[in-house]
Amino acid sequence: MKRSFPIFAVLTALLLGYAFYEAMFVAPTDQMQGDVYRIIYYHVPSAWTMFIFFLTNFVASVVYLVRRNPKADAVAAAAAEIGVVFCTVVLVTGPIWARPVWGIWWTWDTRLTSTLVLWLIYVSYLMLRRFSSGGQAPVLAAALAVFGALDMPLVYFSIWFFRTQHPQPVVGDGGSIDPRMWHVWLLNWAAFLCFGLLVFWKRYQLEILQQEVNETQALQTLHDPRSSQ
Amino acid sequence: MNATHYLYAAYAATWVIHIIYLSTLASRYARLKRELRELKEKSSPGA
Repeated sequence: MKRSFPIFAVLTALLLGYAFYEAMFVAPTDQMQGDVYRIIYYHVPSAWTMFIFFLTNFVASVVYLVRRNPKADAVAAAAAEIGVVFCTVVLVTGPIWARPVWGIWWTWDTRLTSTLVLWLIYVSYLMLRRFSSGGQAPVLAAALAVFGALDMPLVYFSIWFFRTQHPQPVVGDGGSIDPRMWHVWLLNWAAFLCFGLLVFWKRYQLEILQQEVNETQALQTLHDPRSSQ
Repeated sequence: MNATHYLYAAYAATWVIHIIYLSTLASRYARLKRELRELKEKSSPGA
């Protein structure tokens, strides 16, 4: 496992470099928006990666609530944090794209607002984990994660159910995209997903290390209560 | 601002966010390793 991390890291770096080259120089220019549309190759793959990590957090939280397995809690914590990072990318690149295309940085429509709410929910989740003490913190966090996950379908389906400023999907049902753009899009998603998994790997190890530190501290306090003072 | 500048800004912002996160991760990892080493030294019989 230790040896495979650097190999995976190098492959991910190469994939990210290649995906960047394809996005900037190979993908055809959009007739309506010009080159600024290329933000799509970072914005949308980041959003999809965000959904995968928040979904992982949801599943791991349910597993933790049922089985109280510390490894499931570690997976949930790591996935939430990486999901928040990708959600931040979505919330930053979105307005940067909106300004030249819509003429505004932000509008309180369903897709944008529900994404902001999703970000706030998972930031709250991380703050709850960070600042609450005692053995009940992971249980409370897992319960919050289960409720927080309810916002995900709202974010995803909002552009179907409501009239929004955000464009309708250009892939899947009701959308069409140039196959060359689609290829670059998938390539960038694969690259960001690999990058996310790489970071997740390290973040999971960090959480396991944190659990080890907490256990050692608890054992020391048990043996010598003065050491905690 | 030229429309292409927004493209560069978005790409740069993405990597700035990821690099900041990675650096916080690295510093947290180093701090925890140090904490665990100190705790183990404290609890060892020779300490």
